[in-house]
Amino acid sequence: MASVVGTFTLDPRAQAAAKRRRRSEGATGWAFVSPSVLLILGLSVVPVLWSLLLSFQVNDLVSPSEWVGLANYRALMQDPAFGSAVQHTAIYAALYVPLSVVGGLAIAVALDRKIRLIGLYRTLVFVPFVVSAAAQGVLFSFVLDPEFGVANSLLHKVGLPAQGFFSNPDQALYLLVAISLWSGTGFCVIVYLAGLQGVSADLVEAARIDGAGRFGILRHVVVPTLTPVTVFLLLFQTINALQVFDLVFVTTKGGPLGSTTVIVYFIWEKAFKTFTAGYSAAAAYALAVALLVIGIGLQISRRRAAR
Amino acid sequence: MRRPSAWHLVLAPLALLFALPLLWLLVSSVMSNAEINRFPPALIPSKVDLGGYRYVIGNALFPQWFLNSLIVSAVAVTANLVLGSLGGYAFARIRFAGSKVVLGMMLATMVIPFQLTMIPTFLVMKQLGLIDTLGALIVPALVTPLAVFLFRQFFVSLPRELEEAAWIDGCGRLRILWSIVLPLARPALSTVAVLTFLSTWNDLTWPLIAINSETNYTLQLGLTTFQGQHHTQWAAVMAGNVITVLPVLLGFLLAQKAFIRSLAATGIKG
Repeated sequence: MASVVGTFTLDPRAQAAAKRRRRSEGATGWAFVSPSVLLILGLSVVPVLWSLLLSFQVNDLVSPSEWVGLANYRALMQDPAFGSAVQHTAIYAALYVPLSVVGGLAIAVALDRKIRLIGLYRTLVFVPFVVSAAAQGVLFSFVLDPEFGVANSLLHKVGLPAQGFFSNPDQALYLLVAISLWSGTGFCVIVYLAGLQGVSADLVEAARIDGAGRFGILRHVVVPTLTPVTVFLLLFQTINALQVFDLVFVTTKGGPLGSTTVIVYFIWEKAFKTFTAGYSAAAAYALAVALLVIGIGLQISRRRAAR
Repeated sequence: MRRPSAWHLVLAPLALLFALPLLWLLVSSVMSNAEINRFPPALIPSKVDLGGYRYVIGNALFPQWFLNSLIVSAVAVTANLVLGSLGGYAFARIRFAGSKVVLGMMLATMVIPFQLTMIPTFLVMKQLGLIDTLGALIVPALVTPLAVFLFRQFFVSLPRELEEAAWIDGCGRLRILWSIVLPLARPALSTVAVLTFLSTWNDLTWPLIAINSETNYTLQLGLTTFQGQHHTQWAAVMAGNVITVLPVLLGFLLAQKAFIRSLAATGIKG
């Protein structure tokens, strides 16, 4: 291949033509990227700035808006509904993130072996991940239906009392965590399985010769090697957890008694149900800043871990 | 013969635990209403009853929702392949003023949470007269920074020599992209197609905001409403649920390798 290039560079006519074409390259480049650039920047940079403006205004999405300065943010800090939305989201994330990441690692290690049916096991663990949150929500609304659901029917069979599930304010949020673990752990498993292929077999062998047991190898060789993967998963799962919405909308609509109103549900409700868009934008900004801080924090810890 | 591994005793129940809810989805979709509404409900139907499926398919709106989802996803996948590969190729191969800055800005937008942009995006779509049309779902999904980025990464990894020969023969960039680069880019094409299909087919939040009329619902939005309206007809709701999940599930089972590679790739790149 290189020789073809070589012979052509000797031809002055071809060289001149190539030079001319290279000059028109800039136009070609911009022509290729401009649809993507216009769409992506137009539908992100503009809305982000617009949202910031909105958060300083009173706006009902219809009539002209009114400038109120920091009043939305001040009201947000004193709104007990926002406070409990933050609290519910924190509980959800504090359970979902570590359980899915640690569970994902444990399952990935268990699935990282060459035995019969291993492909089937992997498929089954992962398959809930591709099921939409809407479909998950509708399915579990049925499974956990207090009257017709199979969950209460099984409890009845083993002699336990029927549960309220999504109609019980003490249970609903934890059920959402459980459903999310069912569907979201598979992603961690897949990413860890890919990461486990990068664990050096020599290192594992050396540790074994040095007398390390199965658990010792896991703790001192496998887990440290996987640190970058773990940090990525913590970040990814935290972002997902703080943005949970679809599943809540389909199953509980934030209830019962507001016990599952998470931040994004709060934002959606304020914008598109009560039409207080400025207030909603302020809440969205508060969430975005929190996400940014977590993201930067984890990036720093990843840099440290890489060193 | 080798003794089967003891790991099966751990892995088989674990796999079953993950599979059970979906199995129950399938089983309950072929139950009769009488068997479902009994307490305690039957765990295994006495016979396969397709009444739920007949009800859903005969419903005036459900087939329309399926079609709407199909249109939105098909347009989004096609547009992401075309625009993503064009942009990704230019960023990988063509030197032009401002390319680094623009690429950096585009990648930076990936960290913007959707909640921050949803209200203004709604207002923009309203200005364009697209609210309550499929256009409102299609336009924001036409190209994602992830698609451009994945194509760029793939094209950078290809050896330049393949293109040099065609370039010297006088081929234009578009021609090179179409007849030399893209035929080699199957992994990138399938990754972008899989990720785009998964995110557009499964989306609920944006359709919920952008669509009001039932005739313009997507399947996810329709299923959610359908459940609310047919609360006691669980077999029909579950049949609708199976139909909603089936395209993704079939796609996953047929192209499992591409799915897993794509999703693991999003993980590793982070």
